[in-house]
Amino acid sequence: MKPYQLTVQETVEKTRAGELTAKEAVYSLYDRIEEYEDTLNAYVTLTKEKALKTAKAIDAKRKRGRKLGALAGVCLAVKDNICIKDVKTTCSSRMLANFIPPYDASVTEQIKREDAIIIGKTNMDEFAMGSSTETSYFGPTKNPWNVKRVPGGSSGGSATAVAAEEAVAALGSDTGGSIRCPASFCSVVGLKPTYGLVSRYGLIAFANSLEQIGPVTKNVHDCAMLLQVIAEHDPKDSTSVKTKQTDCLKHFKTTIRGLRMGVPKELLGEGTDDKVEKAVWDAVLKLEELGATYQETSIPSLDYALPAYYLIAMSEASSNLARYDGLRYGYRAVGSLWSEVFAKGRRTGFGAEVRRRIILGTYALSTGYYDEYYLKALKVRTLIRKDFDRSWKKFDVLISPTMPILPFKIGEKISDPLALYLCDIDTVSVNLMGGCAISLPCGFASGLPIGLQIIGKPFDEASIIKVAHTFEQNTSHHKKKPAWH
Amino acid sequence: MAKLELSEKDKKLFTTQLNEILRYFRKIDEADVKDLEPTYHVMELKNVLREDKPVPPLPTKQALQNAPEKEKDYIKAPKIV
Repeated sequence: MKPYQLTVQETVEKTRAGELTAKEAVYSLYDRIEEYEDTLNAYVTLTKEKALKTAKAIDAKRKRGRKLGALAGVCLAVKDNICIKDVKTTCSSRMLANFIPPYDASVTEQIKREDAIIIGKTNMDEFAMGSSTETSYFGPTKNPWNVKRVPGGSSGGSATAVAAEEAVAALGSDTGGSIRCPASFCSVVGLKPTYGLVSRYGLIAFANSLEQIGPVTKNVHDCAMLLQVIAEHDPKDSTSVKTKQTDCLKHFKTTIRGLRMGVPKELLGEGTDDKVEKAVWDAVLKLEELGATYQETSIPSLDYALPAYYLIAMSEASSNLARYDGLRYGYRAVGSLWSEVFAKGRRTGFGAEVRRRIILGTYALSTGYYDEYYLKALKVRTLIRKDFDRSWKKFDVLISPTMPILPFKIGEKISDPLALYLCDIDTVSVNLMGGCAISLPCGFASGLPIGLQIIGKPFDEASIIKVAHTFEQNTSHHKKKPAWH
Repeated sequence: MAKLELSEKDKKLFTTQLNEILRYFRKIDEADVKDLEPTYHVMELKNVLREDKPVPPLPTKQALQNAPEKEKDYIKAPKIV
């Protein structure tokens, strides 16, 4: 096996044992990147020199007999909205095309501390606004299973990099499905942690009350390993929670016998592709065969989740993105008066989708419409939370498709924003209620991947990881690799 | 209000698109939220405090490294009045 083919777990074991040097790993991954990156466009920035420098330090540390960290020698890709000191961090936007953060995000510090090697920054929808990675200022990322199709978004670069083995694992961010959607479309594992479990310090803000950083990996065990490193209380993020470190790895050997699964009919509703629906039911039956029980259920308020999510996300975005005036950082237009400089700079610096969301968010927050749109959406959010709370009395996890449809063609939906929003129907409610969810491969149709979503209550990552791991161990979907090349 | 200049082409396209999106958003009108409080945030946090320990600040050079226009140790702003 070549180093780029290894999992996180295998890389760490081999690096610690001295069977693989960090330097070899970096060269192997870069050979792979050089071969496929022109076709796939998964990365915005590559950091080969820095990666080699880190690798050298890790190899020296091992030679000195020092214990290596939990991610020893693992070549990681990081989504381009997560700050890395002295590495360009663009959010795939012209606005930040030259932005070089003078500090590390907390997750960056954590993975560096555990001896991971950051090999590059991955492409995304501009400011994480999208489900296809087509709104990037640096051009779309291609789906490695079919390069005419989208990889999902907004963390499309991270999922593509992992699926095409241009990275051993990656970090993404999830505001309404931005980790799970591309994980599903690219047939990899992606986890959106409970709100507050992972620090958002250094994550460039889109919608603060909804987003979390999380792992994108080749299998469930790797996902738990990466989560373990980044799930840590951080005084720099006041919404980061002091919780006992969720030791997800120790639950791996426990059984799912008697575990109660609910299948909400609203998440398998109108617009769900028949093939997706069948793959999800097959997965439910498989889990039943492995010892869990299931029951169909209804969470009526989920019908309002999508409009409520978009109203809240857009409102928060319009406020967050008000900071881009081109003074301290970002694109600055030429003009004489301040209002002209700001308005022109923001027109040129932001792409169409970002501008649309700023306008809609500003509208929803403005006097006269605030109660009707923003406040109402927040009340619907309460309704959804209460409905989920009721579900947790009956079920340990909820099961649904991650995406209602198969990966679509590049360009197919980009001119119809509403059609794109509708793709997020199965993922957004998890962000609204603040729980956790994982997407993992559960089948293929016409050679295109299908993802299974397992939803858990807040801070119960252990249950969703256990179910996901059990499913993975008894199926082979995750072993399939794209054969496009 | 959003300080966002729009071209004529944008105005035309956005008007159609945004109307369609807003029409869809009206779906929340059907939801019965009587007596419900809004959820601004999933965690009911109040005043998260920490000890006020001084740490070294970002050096001026680094703090200014991303500013497109500057003069000496200052960021240059456009004319305000």
